[in-house]
Amino acid sequence: MSDNPLLKVSGVSKFYGSRIGCQDVSFDLWPGEVLAIVGESGSGKTTLLNCLSTRLMPSAGSVEYRMRDGNFRDLYHMSEAERRFLMRTDWGFVHQNPADGLRMTVSAGANVGERLMAVGDRHYGKIRETATDWLGRVEISADRIDDQPRAFSGGMRQRLQIARNLVTGPRLVFMDEPTGGLDVSVQARLLDLVRGLVNDLGLSAIVVTHDLAVARLLSHRMMVMKDGHVIEQGLTDRVLDDPREPYTQLLVSSILQV
Amino acid sequence: MSADLATYNFAYLDEQTKRMIRRAILKAIAIPGYQVPFASREMPMPYGWGTGGVQVTAAIIGPDDVLKVIDQGADDTTNAVSIRAFFQKVANVAVTTHTKDATIIQTRHRIPEQKLTEGQVLVYQVPIPEPLRFLEPRETETRKMHALEEYGLMHVKLYEDIAHNGRISKTYAYPVKVDGRYVMDPSPTPKFDNPKMHMSDALQLFGAGREKRIYAVPPHTEVVSLDFEDHPFEIQTFEQDCALCGAHGVYLDEVVLDDQGGRMFVCSDTDHCEDRREHGHVGEMLAPNQEAAE
Repeated sequence: MSDNPLLKVSGVSKFYGSRIGCQDVSFDLWPGEVLAIVGESGSGKTTLLNCLSTRLMPSAGSVEYRMRDGNFRDLYHMSEAERRFLMRTDWGFVHQNPADGLRMTVSAGANVGERLMAVGDRHYGKIRETATDWLGRVEISADRIDDQPRAFSGGMRQRLQIARNLVTGPRLVFMDEPTGGLDVSVQARLLDLVRGLVNDLGLSAIVVTHDLAVARLLSHRMMVMKDGHVIEQGLTDRVLDDPREPYTQLLVSSILQV
Repeated sequence: MSADLATYNFAYLDEQTKRMIRRAILKAIAIPGYQVPFASREMPMPYGWGTGGVQVTAAIIGPDDVLKVIDQGADDTTNAVSIRAFFQKVANVAVTTHTKDATIIQTRHRIPEQKLTEGQVLVYQVPIPEPLRFLEPRETETRKMHALEEYGLMHVKLYEDIAHNGRISKTYAYPVKVDGRYVMDPSPTPKFDNPKMHMSDALQLFGAGREKRIYAVPPHTEVVSLDFEDHPFEIQTFEQDCALCGAHGVYLDEVVLDDQGGRMFVCSDTDHCEDRREHGHVGEMLAPNQEAAE
């Protein structure tokens, strides 16, 4: 791990009129670290994620990102071209609904290859080879490479979306409820896969989830949000095993035991 | 003609409209391949019949111009005949079918076989000007992609072609990059004609009436067809020669002759074919007739 954080977030707030989306969120994210943002529906998790990933303009605050050359750049002072380039090379964004992050009408291979072509790859054979390799890494068999995601199951689609995001070797991946809408056995496999990939590639990730089990399995550190505010943050095991805030205690005690 | 009788302005459009279209054309020429929005007018023909091309032609035509109109290469099909008649009526200009005599050539889906020269203007009728349209339905997004030069998606389309068909199967409206910057749809011309756009001596103007866009390729501008390193762009080739004039290496139309599998291949460019026959070239289907006549 490096001595410098990858992402420096200070005082990020987003207001929808007089309503609070999220308020005064500050944290640093370090290379190789997975941060989970948990909280109930409407607590501002997704608003915060969208602000961090420049999909939404925050009302106040700054987000600085350490570029590959080592310099910090304020994301909101970059040109749109630079931001979009960053988003399709150095970043990934995994949507809750795979249909939002995939092109449903082009083949799996082209879905994975799109980012490569976007950064200037112009050799069909090499693109296809890389796509095949990545499909293998997310446990999709190579003979499905020319099928459209429409023909895939929910779990496969989600894995395909992950492959599509990771193919350019990003350093930071945003995930919005990556396991939402999947049944538990598929969830378990997906989590296993994501954990393996994050470890192998040394990715940093910010994962939004309402599922504390996902946070426990994936993340090193977590933030608990309520009504747009971060009410507690710390190492995942510490927060889950020894929650300090009453709301966090409530959240942890609400986990269903089988 | 009495002064109080309503009449057409020269070339149908009023002068203010022509001025607006000319401004759009000038802007289009200044930014090769960029789609300039313009206030497309209702024309006395349905969308899809060349309302964009007709407006561009009307804006640039003068009394001294000689107009040629082709549809799929032919001078004698409905679309070509009616547009030619339209300009004869509303502009009273000279018309021709000879490519070399024309100063303005309005075309639907072909570029003449004969090399165009300096001073000629080729006006294309364009149905869908946006090359990214069927990949990205949002106009806001495609405009942004053009602005930021994000053209990876265009190659996704070509990738899909190769993945499913083993080669780039797109044969018309084949996307090109103009002057190293904008990706452009060359209207539904066969890709056979793409190389003719490259470094052409003539000015090429594109008008899309329904979509309200004008774009241009100025003379001597680089026009490169997109491709992959291991699947390079190539044009269609024909095994046959033209059945009427024996021309080789031109774009041929297949004509079905009967229900017994009989067919012939003829030049799609009728003027080129006639010109060759006048100069004594004879294809295989005309040859026996001549023998019979002798």
